[in-house]
Parts: sequence; structure tokens; C-alpha cells
Amino acid sequence: MIPLSWYLFFSAALFSIGLFGALSRRNAVAILLGIELMLNSVNVNLVAFWRYGDVSMMAGQVFAIIVFAVAAAEVSVGLALVISVYRRRNTVIAEDLDMLKW
Amino acid sequence: MTPEKIIFLIVAGATLASGLMVVTTRNLIHAALWLVATLFGVAAVFAILNAGFIAVVQIVVYVGAIAILFIFAVMLTRKDMRDSGPQHNKNWWAGALLAVMTFGGLVFLVQSWASLSKAAADIPSGFDAVSQLGNQLTSPNAYVLPFEVASVLLLAAMVGAVYVAFNRK
Amino acid sequence: MNFWTDPLKVAAEWLEGILTGWGMDAIFAHVLVVFLGVLLLITILMVLDIFLVWIERKVVSRFQDRIGPNRVGPYGLIQPFADIIKLIIKEDTTPDGADKVVYNLAPILSMMSVLIVWAVVPIAPVILGTDLNVGVLFLIAAGAIGTLSIIMAGWSSNNKFALIGGFRQVAMMVAFEIPMLTMLLIPTIFAGSMNMNAIIQAQGSIWYFFLSPLGTLIFLIAVIAELGRAPFDLAEGESELVAGYNTEYSGMKFGMFYAGELLHAMTFGGIWGILFFGGYRFFGLEQVSPFLAVLIFLAKALIGYWVIMWVKYTMMRIRIDQMLAFNWMFLTPLSFVLLMVTALANALLAGTSIWVYGIGMFASNIILGWVALEIVRSYSRKEREKLEGPRKVAEAHH
Repeated sequence: MIPLSWYLFFSAALFSIGLFGALSRRNAVAILLGIELMLNSVNVNLVAFWRYGDVSMMAGQVFAIIVFAVAAAEVSVGLALVISVYRRRNTVIAEDLDMLKW
Repeated sequence: MTPEKIIFLIVAGATLASGLMVVTTRNLIHAALWLVATLFGVAAVFAILNAGFIAVVQIVVYVGAIAILFIFAVMLTRKDMRDSGPQHNKNWWAGALLAVMTFGGLVFLVQSWASLSKAAADIPSGFDAVSQLGNQLTSPNAYVLPFEVASVLLLAAMVGAVYVAFNRK
Repeated sequence: MNFWTDPLKVAAEWLEGILTGWGMDAIFAHVLVVFLGVLLLITILMVLDIFLVWIERKVVSRFQDRIGPNRVGPYGLIQPFADIIKLIIKEDTTPDGADKVVYNLAPILSMMSVLIVWAVVPIAPVILGTDLNVGVLFLIAAGAIGTLSIIMAGWSSNNKFALIGGFRQVAMMVAFEIPMLTMLLIPTIFAGSMNMNAIIQAQGSIWYFFLSPLGTLIFLIAVIAELGRAPFDLAEGESELVAGYNTEYSGMKFGMFYAGELLHAMTFGGIWGILFFGGYRFFGLEQVSPFLAVLIFLAKALIGYWVIMWVKYTMMRIRIDQMLAFNWMFLTPLSFVLLMVTALANALLAGTSIWVYGIGMFASNIILGWVALEIVRSYSRKEREKLEGPRKVAEAHH
């Protein structure tokens, strides 16, 4: 049987990779890609705790489902913003978008 | 080494490798495709955890919708197909340092925790996780309120996305 | 238990016995036997796929008042092999500036998205890949891989026609996934399970076609759109886009897309049969022998495939705005309403006799379909008046 720690280390590594992507990328879409990785690692943790706890308590899976909904909402609004910004400013490089007002 | 452990190590290794490709590759379409590979790996981890429903939903929602949306967004926000110029900002080393420190801190925290090597109990025979999940998501004594709030959030996000991205001539 | 009542299990146990007899570890022997089973299923499907080419060509020629392939072998049966040899010896081109890895991966993924569906298809009560308890959702997950393969093909070809075709196809597949997923929930409501085998078992007394004729029709429309076949074949509209997302593909890579499409159509014909026409069930014949059940399932799958071909070779292509409007303004709302009506009727009629239940369900479906058609008719009348109205005024001026 796989020990719980393996899943936790795996998700910690995935979270850190996502964090690096979100902090270091210049393109706004790529920053969102990093955030997706972080949300996924959270889900791995939630489902692993469900499996290694009392399986009749579904809280872990329920939270994973809600994270799916939040991720979908985040991506749809985030990408809509990116596309809208690209239409007006002709760039999606996060560093160039430093005007704070239009 | 049981076959289960070997399968987990292969899946986890492939997932982390493709995750690294997502944040380092220069071509953004490739980054989005590597994200798909990562999502498949995470779905496989869910399957190893006996959460079949979550694994399938992961593929339906993430690969079927979110990854496709990413690929569309990458294609719609560029003038030519190739990515030119640096893809990482000047402070990428600070981000890398922070990520490594986060990983170290998390590993340290998890390691110092007592019930780590706890083995999972066998799933009782006749236990149907999917119907359990469905009942708890719609039961007033359990999670119906978070479920409804999540659906309202999705609706609001959908309307907001259409409003923001709508091209007013 | 003998070979004639449970062939797969008996064969697997026999093979595992031989392998462990050779000193192999029991777990690894099991993994190897499962792997061989997968290989066998894929081989059978690919051989079937070869003959689907012949079936498709024969049927289309009959629809078009021709005879079709009849020179190579009896009734032209060897024709698909000639086609394959032609495809293999063709030059395998890769356009300049193509993204090589993605370009070569796309046809493989396209084929894979079809083959992976068969992991959950119950061919007979005891002949099935895996008894997944979320089998119905698995279909949508497999469809997601197909969508991905098409956008990969369209983008990596470095060709504007391929990219436009890929965009169109993906927009259509994402759109029609919603009515399809909603219609998959209707057998789930009736059977109380997402397991495909349980859905078939629950159709013992009545096929779900009779409980939800409208759902059957919407599912068929969504499937045809998902397949990208006429009238929804605007992704490869040859008069405007050369061949859509597979413009740049030649040789066997094109063959993979083509064979994948045919097998996809046959697969979804079979799934249509499973969800609404009782799958391998046919008046108790399936209990005689699993082999008979396989034949019944294959017959239903081929009939479903024939219906899809019938639509393809009868209807004309529609425009992309018409397709999107049809889905988002008509099919998706209708499928949501149908789902709600079905759930409500299921709750209200629970516990009544099968006749009351069946007639109630059938009537609610027919009424809903009629109301939807009336709404569409009045809308189209208004649109026509809007188009024809000003013209009449202009004529009055002259």
C-alpha cells in the first residue's frame, strides 16, 4: 500500500512547480497555467485525505468538486479578461500592463 | 515494491516532469499541451486513489473544457504563431527560490507530522462512493448549500466572462 | 462455468494458469493477461474498421444510385485492403514549419479517443472491458481527447485552412457536448446508475427509446455533430476549407483520421443502441449464449451506424452560425427542459405500473417535442417575415 506521505510530497512538488510558473512567467495566459497546476495539487491532497481517512465521510471529494467549479470560473473570467486586455492594449505581457488606469 | 507503488511512481514522475515543462517551455501552445499531460497524470493519481468519479470529472472538466479554453486563448492573443523574446521575467530566480523554499517548508511540515505512514483502510465491499457523493451533495444535512453556491458562482463567472470578452463595435 | 457461458474469464484463467505454471508471479501474470485482452480487443476493432470502409462505400453508393466497389474480390470485399495498401505506399508528407511532434501525435490521439471508449462498452453480459461505475461519463472524457486531437492537428499543420477547420470542429464539439451529456443523464435517471451494464440490465421490461423518444433523437443529433458528419461537416467543408483540419495529412496519417471517424460512427451507433435500445438484450436471446449477445449488439451497432450514414448522405451542410444558433438557442435549452421534465415525471410516476409509467413518459416527451417544434416554427415564420417584409415595401415604391 502506498503511504499517505507520497501523495502529500507529490502534491507539494506540483504546487511548487505551479507557484514558480505563476511567479516567473511573463505571459498572462502562462500565469494562469501555473495557477491551474496549484489548484490541481490541492485536489490531490483533498482526495488523498478522503481515501486515507473515513471513506464514508465524503468531504474530501465534495471539496474537490467545488474546487473544479472554482477553477472553471477562474479560468473563464481570467481568460476573458486576458482576451479583453489584448483587444485594447495589443499585449498580454503582464509587465507591460502597468498603467493602473486607462 | 508492489506493482501499485511502481505504477504510482511512474505516474507521479511523468506528471511532475510534464508540470515542469508547463512552466519552462518557451512555446505557449506546447505549455498548454503539457498542461493536458499533467492533468491526465493527476487524473491517474485520482484513479489510483479509488476516486474514479473525480478522475473522470477531472478529464471532462479540465481536458475537455479548461485546456481547450487555454489553447484558444493562447491562439487568440498573438500576432504570429511563434513565441519570440524571453518567456520569463527578470525576477524568475526569486520565483524559483520561493518555490523551492515552499517545497522545502511543506516537506518539512509533512515530515514532522505523526500519522504519516498510515495505510489506507480497505474500501468496504458494497460501498458506492458515487451515490454517497451524490447524496451528500444534495442533502440539506450535508453540502447542499456549498453546492448551490458553487453553481451560482459558475453562472456569475459565465455571465461575467461573456460580458468582459464581448466585442462591442 | 464453462467456455460457452463465460468465455473471457475461462480463457483468462487458463492463460494465467499456464503463465504461473512457467514460474511467473501471479500478479504479473494477471497484468500480462489483461494486457493481452486489451490487445485482442483492439485487433478485433481494427479488423472490423477495415470492413467498415467497405460498408460505408457500399451504403453511400446505394444511396447515390450506384453499385460501389465490385471489382476487387467478391462484392468488392477486398477493396479496403487495396485502399490500405494505397495509403501505406503514398508519400508521407510533413509541411514546412509544421510542429512535428504535435503533428504526428494528433492522428494517434484521434484513433485513441475512439478505441478507449470500448474499455467500458458491454459487448455481452460477461464480455466487457471494465465495469466502471461512471461508464457514461467516461464517454464524454474520451470525447475530450478527440477534441484535443483535432485542435492539435489544426494548429500543428501550419496551414490556415487546417486551423479554421480545427477551430470550427472544436467549437462544434464543445457546444454539442452539452446536449449529449444531458441526454446521457436520461438513461441514468431511469436506471439509477451510470454503469453501462446496469443501464442495459434495467431495460429488461422496456427499451428507453419508448420512455424517451425525444431524448433518443437529441442524443443522435448531438452524436452526429460530435462526429462532424453531415449536416454538421462544416469543419471539412471542401468547397471552402479544402479538407479542414486534416488538409495537410497524407498517407496512413490521413488513414488514421479516416478510420477513426468510421469506427467512431460505428461506436456511437452501438452506444446509441446501448443507451436507448437495450444494447445486447433482445427478447431474452442474450441469455442463450454470450456469443449470440455479441451478435445482437453488433447488429444494433451497425443499424445505428446505418442511421448515421442515412442522415449523412441525405442532408446538406449547414453554416457555422446556423449550427451554433441551433445548438445554443434550441438544442441545449430543449435538452435541459427535457431533463427536468423527465426527472419530475420519474419522481411523480414512481411506484406506478410499467404501463402508466411508460405512457406518461412517452406522452410527456411527445408533448415537449411538439411545443418545441411550434416555438421554432413561429420563430422561423417571424424571421422569414423580417427577411421578406422590406422587399415587398421596396417593390411597392417602383
